[in-house]
Amino acid sequence: MKLILKIWRQNSASERGRFVDYSLSDISPESSFLEMLDILNEKLIMEGEEPVVFDHDCREGICGTCGMYINGRPHGPDELITACQLHMRKFSDGDTIVIEPWRARAFPVIKDLTVDRSALDRIIEDGGYISVNTGNAPDANSIPVNKEHADLAMDAAVCIGCGACVAACKNASAMLFVSAKVSHLALLPQGRIEARERVHKLVARMDALGFGNCTNTGACEAECPKGIKLTNIARLNREYYRSRIF
Amino acid sequence: MTKLESKIPDGPLEKKWSNYKATQKLVNPANKRKLDVIMVGTGLAGAAAAASLAEMGFKVKSFCYQDSPRRAHSIAAQGGINAAKNYPNDGDSIYRLFFDTIKGGDYRSREANVYRLAEVSNNIIDHCVAQGIPFAREYGGTLANRSFGGALVSRTFYAKGQTGQQLLLGACQAQSRQIKQGNIEMYPRMEMLNLVMIDGRARGIIARDVITGKIERYSAHAVVLATGGYGNVYFLSTMAMGANVTAAWQSYKKGAAFGNPGFVQIHPTCIPVHGDYQSKLTLMSESLRNDGRIWVPKNKEDAEKIRKGEIRPGDLSEEERDYYLERRYPAFGNLVPRDVASRAAKERCDAGYGVGNTGLAVYLDFEDSIKRLGKDAIEAKYGNLFQMYEKITDDNPYETPMMIYPAIHYAMGGLWVDYELQTTIPGLFAAGEANFSDHGANRLGASALMQGLADGYFVLPYTIQNYLADEINTPRFATDAEEFDAAEKETSEKLHQLLNINGSKTVDSFHKQLGRIMWEHVGMARNQDGLKKAIELIRVLREEFYKDLRVPGNLNDLNPELQKAFRLADFLELGELMAMDALNREESCGGHFREEYQTNEGEALRNDIDFAYVSTWFYKGDEKAPEMVKEILNFEAIELKQRNYK
Repeated sequence: MKLILKIWRQNSASERGRFVDYSLSDISPESSFLEMLDILNEKLIMEGEEPVVFDHDCREGICGTCGMYINGRPHGPDELITACQLHMRKFSDGDTIVIEPWRARAFPVIKDLTVDRSALDRIIEDGGYISVNTGNAPDANSIPVNKEHADLAMDAAVCIGCGACVAACKNASAMLFVSAKVSHLALLPQGRIEARERVHKLVARMDALGFGNCTNTGACEAECPKGIKLTNIARLNREYYRSRIF
Repeated sequence: MTKLESKIPDGPLEKKWSNYKATQKLVNPANKRKLDVIMVGTGLAGAAAAASLAEMGFKVKSFCYQDSPRRAHSIAAQGGINAAKNYPNDGDSIYRLFFDTIKGGDYRSREANVYRLAEVSNNIIDHCVAQGIPFAREYGGTLANRSFGGALVSRTFYAKGQTGQQLLLGACQAQSRQIKQGNIEMYPRMEMLNLVMIDGRARGIIARDVITGKIERYSAHAVVLATGGYGNVYFLSTMAMGANVTAAWQSYKKGAAFGNPGFVQIHPTCIPVHGDYQSKLTLMSESLRNDGRIWVPKNKEDAEKIRKGEIRPGDLSEEERDYYLERRYPAFGNLVPRDVASRAAKERCDAGYGVGNTGLAVYLDFEDSIKRLGKDAIEAKYGNLFQMYEKITDDNPYETPMMIYPAIHYAMGGLWVDYELQTTIPGLFAAGEANFSDHGANRLGASALMQGLADGYFVLPYTIQNYLADEINTPRFATDAEEFDAAEKETSEKLHQLLNINGSKTVDSFHKQLGRIMWEHVGMARNQDGLKKAIELIRVLREEFYKDLRVPGNLNDLNPELQKAFRLADFLELGELMAMDALNREESCGGHFREEYQTNEGEALRNDIDFAYVSTWFYKGDEKAPEMVKEILNFEAIELKQRNYK
C-alpha cells in the first residue's frame, strides 16, 4: 500500500506544533498501524531525521498506553480496539491518514503524539479503591456476590485508562473513566461501604484537574475501545445524588 | 569458590514457612517510618509489595518506565490465577498444588519455595476478593473456577480473559491509596539504569527521567527489583515492547548472581508470525485449551493443500484430522503443560503437517465446544479473546479454527534469590518474574500471577524485615556519596557512547538479528553445535552494534531510540549467558530441550544425577567468563520421576 501521512510534530508542551507530511510505500495490509509507524520511524532514522514519538507498550490492546487520533477518531476507524490493534487492511491504497495526539486541557502534549495522562492516576488516588490492608481479608467465599452484579462490575472494570473518552468528548470530560471505577466498586458488596464518599471525592478531583463536565453526547461510549457503557455515567449520577440525599 | 546460601528454614516442609515467620526479625512501627525501600517495577509483584510495605509503615519509592504504574505488563495476563482453595471439591490441596508445580517445573525448583507459594495462594484469593477484583462467579454468588494445563483439578480463578488486568489494577489501586497517604512516592517514566552499592550493600539506584533525559539518584535502605522477565531478548515475544532486563542485568554486573538464565517458556498458543515488519506476538490464553481441540491434518497432502489455500480446514472430516495431543497424551489431552504442547506443535510442523501460509501453525478448534455448549457459552467465557484474534487475523474463530504457534512468553530464569528473596547482594531483593525462584524449568499456566502476588503481598513484606531489622540504626543518607558519583558517571558514559557511534543501522535492526539467533539456536530445541554457534554470532553482533549503531536525537530529551539502545546493549550480553547456560545443561528438562537428550518417544530426558541443580552465574568482568556455581536441589518430600502426562 502507498500512504500519505499527516502527522502532528511538536517538540515540547511549550513549543508550537505543526502537521508534517510523510509518504510511505510498500506497506503490507497485514501489518498493524503501529508497525506502519515503526516502518516510518526506521526510514526517518536512516534519513537522519528524528523519529515520531508515540506511546505504546503491550501492543495487544490492554495496557492502555497507546492512543492517538487517527483521521479524527480516537484509536482510528475500527470499533472496540486500541490504536495498536488497528490493522492497515482497514485503509485503502493511496489513503491520506491524519495522526494527532489526544487534545484535552488535562492531557498536555509532551512530544509529538505523546501526552501526559497522569491526571487519570490522580483521580484514582483520591479514592478509586477499597480501603483494605493486606492480610485482613476473610475467606473469599464468605461474601457471595450476585452474578449479575459481578458481571456488571467486570464490564466496568475493564477500562484501560487510555483516555480515548476524554479525547472524544467535546468537553474533555473524564466522566466515563470515573464512572467506570465508581460503578465497578459500587456494584460489589465489598465496595459499598465507601461508595458514598468515593463518588464525591472522584468527581471533585476530576473537576479540579481541569476535565470538563458531562453533557450526555455519548461520544465517549462510541469511541471507548473496551465498550464501557454510558449507563455507568447514569449509575455515577445516581450514586452521586443518592449520597447527597441520604 | 563462591558459596550460595539458600537459607531454607529447618523443619518439615509444611512447617518451614510458619517456623520462619515465628522466628524472623521484625521492625517496630516507629522504626518502619525511618526505613526506605526502593521498588523498581509496578507489576503484580512490585505494586503488591509497595502497597503492603507502605501499609505496614515503611517509606517506599516506586519506579516504572511506563507513563503510569497501571500499565506494567502483568496487565496482559489473560487466563487466571491458581490457588489451592478446593472450592470445586475436586480433590485439590496445598500439597497437590505444590506437587503439580514441582512436577510441572520438571523438578528443577526448590521444594521449600514452592510449598510456601502453594500455602499462601489461598490468602491471595481472599485478599483480591476483599479488594474488589471482579472474579467470575457462579449463580449462587460463589467464585467460579476453570482448569489449566498440567493439573487434573479446577483451581484457576479468573476475571474473563483479563485476570492479569484486574489483579494489577487491584494492586495498583492499593498502591494509589498509599501514594495518597504519603507512604509511597511514585516515579513513573523513570527507568533504572544502574545499581548503587556502598560497602557491599545495595543502597540506591541511578535512574533516567525518560521525559527530560535527566539522570537522577535515589537512596534507600533496601532495593527491590520487580522488573519482570527478559523474553524480549528474542525480539518477537508476547512481552510488552518496553519490557527489558536492564535493572536485573546491571545488578548482575554489580554482583547479583543470575539463576538458570537459559530457562524460558515458549507458550504454545500464540498467533503465528506473519511478516518481517512484525513487532510483537500476541498470546491466546491457555484457558482456550479447556474447550479448544488442537489438530493438524493427518495427511501431508491435505496440509499442503491447506497451505496453498486449495481447501479449508472445515473440508477435512474427523478421520482426516490428527488431534495429536489427545493421541499422544490421553490422560491430559489438550491440557498438557506448555513446554510439552509447544514441542508437539513444532514436531508436527517440522514434519510437514503445519498449516497457514507459512506452514508454521496448527489449529485450535472450537467447533465441538460450540456444538456442545452453544456459541453464547463460548462467547461468555472467551469473547474478548475471540475478538482480539479476529482483529489481528481478520478470521472469525467461531466459524473457522484459530491458527496458533508457540512463542516466547515467560522467563523462569532470573536473578538468583534465597528463601528470603534476597539476591547475592545484601539489601537487593528480587520478586516476581524477575527472580528465578519457583517455576523450575517450566511454569504452569496461571502460576505467574500467583507467584507475583505471593511474593508481593505475602512473602517479601515479611522476609525483607529480617534484613531491615538490622538497618534501624542506619540514618537516611544523601546521594552525594562517591559511590553515587561513580555509578552516575558510568551510566552517563554508556549513554553518551551509544549516542555517539553514529553508525548506519538502527536499534531494531540489531535487535531483530539478535532475536533470530536466539530463536533459532536458543529456542524451542537446542543442541551443542547450535549453542556454540549462537555464542559466536552474538559476540560478532555485539561488536558490530558498538561500531555501527545509529541513535538519533539527544540525551536530554524524550528519546525512545536511546532507551531501546540501552536495553538492547544489555540483551546482547544476556543472550550470550543464556546460550552458555543452555550449553552447560546437558539434559532436557521443561522448556529447555536439548536434542541430544530425549527418549525414544521424543520426550525430554532429564538427568537427575548430574543436573538436579540451579545453575547460578556470577559476573567476573567483561573480558572474563562468568563463574557458574551449583545450588544443589534436595528433594525431601517428592520422589524424582520422569514427567508423565499420558
